[in-house]
Amino acid sequence: MELTSSTERGVPIVTVQEQRIDAAAALAFKDRVRDVTEGGQDTVLLDLNHVVFIDSSGLGAIVASMKILSPKRRLVLAGLTPAVDKVFRLTRMDSVFGVFATVEAALNELQE
Amino acid sequence: MGRRPPLPLFSISLLGVEDAVREGIAQTLAWLTPLELSEDETNTVQLVLAEALNNVVEHALAGTGGQTTVEIRGHHGASGLDLCIVDKGIAMPDGVVPRLPAPDVTVDVADLPDGGFGWFLIHTLAQDVTYVRRGKHNYLTLRLAVAL
Repeated sequence: MELTSSTERGVPIVTVQEQRIDAAAALAFKDRVRDVTEGGQDTVLLDLNHVVFIDSSGLGAIVASMKILSPKRRLVLAGLTPAVDKVFRLTRMDSVFGVFATVEAALNELQE
Repeated sequence: MGRRPPLPLFSISLLGVEDAVREGIAQTLAWLTPLELSEDETNTVQLVLAEALNNVVEHALAGTGGQTTVEIRGHHGASGLDLCIVDKGIAMPDGVVPRLPAPDVTVDVADLPDGGFGWFLIHTLAQDVTYVRRGKHNYLTLRLAVAL
């Protein structure tokens, strides 16, 4: 599970460099997010623009990552492709996360 | 609209382990190429298959370590894509398809569900979801309203 992390305008961004977060990838995803966000203080922006498929295990891993960061830190999402967006909408998890169309839109909102 | 050539019945076998599910889905999608599914339809097929196959390898075949296979059978007709997933694992608890409501997400972050969405997604996206146990085999059948 390849993730990259960066900081833009003071916001930590985790970018998933894989096309799928499915059952086979879920555990590694959760562990990697934990590793790259450890020790920070701020809201984390998860950039999913390369991800074209998630299943309920992948969704669960993203939720688990948010729970690890809470209560002090939030996890917000950007760049949901149609298939990913659909899983969030069907399960109503889109109401739980801040969801932004693009990283740029998320950064603008987080800076205000 | 031109009529599609009929899709032949197909059967795909995969090892009953988590890491084989992706390949099983990819092979199924390859079989479905003649249907010219839309992006959304393709995702529906992938998602339902992923949830159903993950259930099989995580529950019915738990602990078998890839010693057994799972079969995906498919057929496309006027009412959509009929899929049947066959395995030789343990029977479904109570002998019926679990039918649970979606987990509640209007709760504190600490109490959010990070599982329990699989059957909800299957029932949301598929029709006529049925399960039978015959002999030592589990049969999960369902229909997807794609390429109608």
